[in-house]
Amino acid sequence: MSELLAIFRRELTGYFATPLAYVFIVIFLFATMSFTFYLGGFYEARSANLSAFFNFHPWLYLFLIPAIAMRLWAEERKSGTIELLLTLPVPLWAAVLGKFFAAWIFAGIALALTFPIWLTVNYLGDPDNGVILASYVGSFLMAGGFLAIGSCVSAMTQNQVIAFVVTVVICFLFTVSGLPQVLDFFKGWAPQALVSTIASFSFLTRFEAIKSGVIDFRDLVYFGSLIWVWLTANAVLIDMRKAA
Amino acid sequence: MISIKNLVKRFGPFTAVDDISFDVEKGEVLGFLGPNGAGKSTTMKMVTGYLSATSGTISVCGFDVEEAPLEARRAIGYLPEGAPAYPDMTPMEFLSFIASVRGLSGDEAMKAIDKAADRTDLRNVMHQPIETLSKGFKRRVGLSQAILHDPPVLIMDEPTDGLDPNQKHAVRGLIADMAKEKAIVISTHILEEVEAVCTRAMIIDQGKIVADGTPAELTAKSKHHNAVTIALPESLGEAPTDTLKKIDGVSEVRVDKGANGENRFTIFPKDGAVLIEKVSGQATAAGWDVKALYAEEGRLDEVFRTLTTSDAEIAGRAS
Ligand SMILES: Nc1ncnc2c1ncn2[C@@H]1O[C@H](COP(=O)(O)OP(=O)(O)O)[C@@H](O)[C@H]1O
Ligand SMILES: [Mg+2]
Repeated sequence: MSELLAIFRRELTGYFATPLAYVFIVIFLFATMSFTFYLGGFYEARSANLSAFFNFHPWLYLFLIPAIAMRLWAEERKSGTIELLLTLPVPLWAAVLGKFFAAWIFAGIALALTFPIWLTVNYLGDPDNGVILASYVGSFLMAGGFLAIGSCVSAMTQNQVIAFVVTVVICFLFTVSGLPQVLDFFKGWAPQALVSTIASFSFLTRFEAIKSGVIDFRDLVYFGSLIWVWLTANAVLIDMRKAA
Repeated sequence: MISIKNLVKRFGPFTAVDDISFDVEKGEVLGFLGPNGAGKSTTMKMVTGYLSATSGTISVCGFDVEEAPLEARRAIGYLPEGAPAYPDMTPMEFLSFIASVRGLSGDEAMKAIDKAADRTDLRNVMHQPIETLSKGFKRRVGLSQAILHDPPVLIMDEPTDGLDPNQKHAVRGLIADMAKEKAIVISTHILEEVEAVCTRAMIIDQGKIVADGTPAELTAKSKHHNAVTIALPESLGEAPTDTLKKIDGVSEVRVDKGANGENRFTIFPKDGAVLIEKVSGQATAAGWDVKALYAEEGRLDEVFRTLTTSDAEIAGRAS
């Protein structure tokens, strides 16, 4: 556990040691705000809630989260530090989790820094803060899902660009599988069970549900097991390298 | 402290390490010698648990590296080839990270970091990002990371690679200082290094051990072992050759003509016989004007070249 913490701390401070972290946070804040105000019709809606704001999260994450995740393992492989890391007395799971949690908390910090928008709606009107909290939790869980995918993909290559692109593609599939257009395409011919399975795999479907203000236990299980599966694959991939 | 039995590593059809067995005890400094691609790094990577063996067993301080990897790794300090370190960290941050991963904290960690930084002369760069350091400093950051927890077993892959002669000397001094209470394995292709710091040398070629012994024992395998060289005035011509060949125990005499008006005669012994007194006696008897006379221990590079396969030979065989 102390090893996990040591790795977590190193990774998290690592984000802030480079300008990358600040660039990322600025882009994230700028994008969420501008989408919300200009594209989302925040003012026009004239209703005090943040659904316009949260609607864009999956699409923002699609590009921003792979950018955080791509370096997790690819960079260590490229620079050779992975040999150092994996020969320290650290269980593999602690290394995988330490890195993942650092990235997740970093994403969480970026998300938390959007708080002025929450202050704004509370100033302008009387929103349902329970719904907003649930949406924040949902958004954070979704970020974790994207990150777990990204971490696993990053373990497969030493090229960060490849890690980024492949992660975007996989995350895209996990996102769009809940879009009505995609589901309609399947509905024509596929059995209902398959359609709902596809939908249930979607970040969008889950996030929509949470955004309505109820965090269903099944949604927690969904994100939890999604993260678990991808991180397990991540550890297996790293371990397979030993036998190369 | 390190015990390796029948270690094999294959990468696909290629055998990088081919049935190696040896033990390293406390107090030993074992030098792995061998041409590039001999399997030195691969062996070290298996000992440190970075790669798993295709077959065979490795135990470090009694812990099998497959069965008890964490215990084994705790006992090891490892400097991987190229001394990788996180470039955006300073040596201070980097060593603190290593300390916390190794379970050191507070005062204990500070003491360990201070000591390791002192021993590797890092004091002046402790707060400078590693990526901005010179190659020599980067290597020393790697070294201090390896010795930080004062491990009983030290594995260092080319610890002096890329250092200038002064730094090399300092690192060898450091290794010699630690030698008594540790089992140390270093790999190198610098032969003088083996003679300078190793108590034992092992020559590896194409994944196999081709020689194992003290540096002196290996040098003794050289053709030049106990060979005597005598420098005589050029005016004597090559005539002394025949006289020298007649000495009892001489197998061969080689003449190198010419620098500074001298001819150098190298007299090779049969079966390592000691010839210097006989040669000197002969020179006196013949009334030669001797310019120089010395005997050699032998040449490790010669032993190295006879025992190992060069890249050119491997390439030649493949085509
Ligand atoms: N991951 C790998 N995959 C395939 N071949 C490898 C791998 N690592 C090393 N080798 C090969 O194994 C041989 C031994 O390499 P290495 O142990 O690095 O040699 P040395 O350190 O003695 O120079 C080399 O021919 C090298 O090309
Ligand atoms: Mg090597």
